[in-house]
Amino acid sequence: MKDLLTALRTPRGIVVAALLVLLGVLPLLTQAFDQRYVLSIGTRVVIWSIAAMSLNLILGYGGLVSFGHAVFFGIGGYTVGILAHHDVFSGWIQWPLGLLVCALWAAAVGALSLRTRGLYFIMITLAFAQLVFYVGVGLEAYGGDDGLNIARRSVFSGLIDLRHRPTFYWLCYALLLATTFGLWRIVNSRFGMVLRGAKSNETRMLALGFPVFRYRLTAFVISGTLGGLSGLLLANHDAYISPSMMSWVKSGDLIVIVVLGGMGSLTGPIFGAIAFFVLEESLKPLIDLGRKGWGEYWQIVFGPLLILVALYARGGIDSLLGRPPRSGGGHG
Amino acid sequence: MEYFLLQVLNGIQLGLLMFLLAAGLTLVFGIMDLVNLAHGSLYMLGAYFAWTFMGWTGSFVLGALLALPAALALGVIVELVIARRLYARDHLDHVLATFGLILFFNELVRVLWGPAGKSITLPPALAGTIDILPGVPYPTYRFAIIVVGAVVALFLAWLVTRTRIGMLIRAGASNRRMVAALGVNIELLFTLVFGLGAILAAIAGLMAAPIVSLKIGMGDDILILAFVIIVIGGIGSIKGAFIAAMVVGQVDIIGRAFLPDLLKKVMSSSAASTAAPSISQVAVYVLMAAVLVWRPTGLFGQRQ
Amino acid sequence: MAEALLTVDGLTKRFGGIVATDHLDLAVNEGEVHALIGPNGAGKTTLIAQLSGFLRPDAGHILFDGHDITRLPAPARVHLGLARSFQITSVLREFSALDNVALAVQARQGHSFRFWAPARADRSLREPAMKALDSVGLADRADSAAADLSHGERRQLEVAMALASEPRLLLLDEPMAGMGLEESARMVSLLRSLKGRRTLLLVEHDMDAVFALADRITVLVYGRAIASGTPEEIRASAEVRQAYLGEASAVGAA
Repeated sequence: MKDLLTALRTPRGIVVAALLVLLGVLPLLTQAFDQRYVLSIGTRVVIWSIAAMSLNLILGYGGLVSFGHAVFFGIGGYTVGILAHHDVFSGWIQWPLGLLVCALWAAAVGALSLRTRGLYFIMITLAFAQLVFYVGVGLEAYGGDDGLNIARRSVFSGLIDLRHRPTFYWLCYALLLATTFGLWRIVNSRFGMVLRGAKSNETRMLALGFPVFRYRLTAFVISGTLGGLSGLLLANHDAYISPSMMSWVKSGDLIVIVVLGGMGSLTGPIFGAIAFFVLEESLKPLIDLGRKGWGEYWQIVFGPLLILVALYARGGIDSLLGRPPRSGGGHG
Repeated sequence: MEYFLLQVLNGIQLGLLMFLLAAGLTLVFGIMDLVNLAHGSLYMLGAYFAWTFMGWTGSFVLGALLALPAALALGVIVELVIARRLYARDHLDHVLATFGLILFFNELVRVLWGPAGKSITLPPALAGTIDILPGVPYPTYRFAIIVVGAVVALFLAWLVTRTRIGMLIRAGASNRRMVAALGVNIELLFTLVFGLGAILAAIAGLMAAPIVSLKIGMGDDILILAFVIIVIGGIGSIKGAFIAAMVVGQVDIIGRAFLPDLLKKVMSSSAASTAAPSISQVAVYVLMAAVLVWRPTGLFGQRQ
Repeated sequence: MAEALLTVDGLTKRFGGIVATDHLDLAVNEGEVHALIGPNGAGKTTLIAQLSGFLRPDAGHILFDGHDITRLPAPARVHLGLARSFQITSVLREFSALDNVALAVQARQGHSFRFWAPARADRSLREPAMKALDSVGLADRADSAAADLSHGERRQLEVAMALASEPRLLLLDEPMAGMGLEESARMVSLLRSLKGRRTLLLVEHDMDAVFALADRITVLVYGRAIASGTPEEIRASAEVRQAYLGEASAVGAA
């Protein structure tokens, strides 16, 4: 806890704290200014932050470039959607089941893919995600390519009513805080040190006596389960599922968010998610100012921006706030 | 039996197209160690270039031929401006930057050519059918793809195994520093290889265009298949890419051509026609996973 | 006669047509400093890699403390008490010197599936790590990133990490490679201080260091052990002189 308090006194800590407070009171602001759309974007930012954080555990701290992380959006989302389609709305059934399926899938994919390295690993994680994507496309009973509407959000009777938008937002926000805290403990624990050490020098870690594979697999499962959590939330927020929520472009977006925010930085993914959605929402009107109607082409600016980040700003937003880029050994 | 033969030919045709795409990818990865997700954009732009040049010249063949130098120029520009800055970086940088390139090129196509899909009409000479066996007609154009694809594949095999450039390419793949020490201009070699990859991708794209029609992002899905192919074949191996492309082509076509009838025996007709293409796609990915479990560096990849 | 802690029996490793390890027999006794010498290309590093589990031999057996470890993965060997250092410095560059050693301590303490307590605040990790750093003379560099250490300091860090594993047998692959005179001298005295407390298998080119430290010496040529004995026996062996020391008899006489 003392660590946390000292961390809060740095410029970066102040920015993080300010952002978290701002995110915390967002529903009050959007209600005061009557901006329901902004609350919806805010909810997406929070959900994507959780997903990006989960990816960051293996990508940023573990050095494992998984190019199929959006599959957990899909598996989590489809669990909710398919159960709802069969009139099972209870969150007590939907959520644990969704997380369990994600954990099992992550264990299976991890066990197979962590045997490979480099491009092979990137491609095998992508391939497994594509596999699930095409299963989704092929599920005629659940809408196939077109997806499926979800009649109502998960029901936690007596406890919380997710239909109330601010309530749902605050639930997502609370889960984001919990995820942040949990990951903060994990990356600084013994387990976290092994994961980060293996990113730095796998051979050395083996020679020290760490069976690196088991630790990576465990991280992969934790990461997938948390990714599944964001999938559950996303399906609830959109009241809709479709294969496109787990398309490879979404996996790419998640990598973009992690790198944009700052790899291997605990709160980097939150910066990244905010930047990603703010860029999307602001580039459109900005370009429209220059020439009406061209806003929809915002990615023509965003694409080169990514290239610039890859070439010149690998520390991401987080390093702009005074954190040395790529500091694998630094505090999380 | 005839139906079966025609489907096998379709599989070969698809396999050859994917091989052209995969060959450039595997060369670029094997030699420059670059993960180029934007390779599919070169495929897409090859098709759009051809569409434009066909409109200007009014000739299918001329348009296609003019698209090749255009694709080469584009490839060289991408190499000079972006790709060469990435060679020394890690794979994550490659993924990020070339993902950005995909977004850029997809939007660029939307701006320049508009959001609607385009189609390329075949000239009468290619639009009909020819008899591949007495009394067995096959679409002339698909047959032409097989011929062109096979010729290009043979040319590649010759280039890589029999020429000085090919020797440098093979040496570069295994020992970059040695090639540089031999006094070879390695930067020029890299630019050439990248340009060659761009041309191959463009050939694949423009040949596929009359069959699949042009649309934004048309290169993205097939790019992932091409990656699957080079991973199955073993990264850097042209031979591996060829064999894997043939296998994947057959798996895909068998899934599309024969599965629906099989599935209709166990499910409704509409469910079967939705499920069959997905299952054939899934089969391709399962195949790749199986190969990697068996051999973590692909069929012909270098052992670590 | 002490009992053999490590026994190598008919070990063979081929790379294509080259036989890097050729039906090698070797015994390292508990408590001794056993040096492995031989000309370049004799297969010393290949042998270390097989002993530590980074290369799989084609034939033969490796017995450690009575266990057949020939096919055991590297981490499991460490848990039996067999640690190694690397010829080419291999440390976690982004981590501090203390972190590096603390990870070695952590590995020794059993599994690391502990997800909650901060590892850097764990005194059971930090204190032994600090002691090991101190023993190699790096205590004042504890908080520097390994990447910022000098070459010699990183070699010391390598040894500190290997020591912190508290191995029963320590495989040291050219600990003095690339070191200056002064640094080498410090390393020799560090290794001498370990004598009797640890079993060491030392690969080293520096003949002065080898003859000063070793209880027994095995000479490797083309993957074969051509001689094994006390430093005096090795110095006196005609075969060794001819095959190896002959080229450097000045060193042998020193």
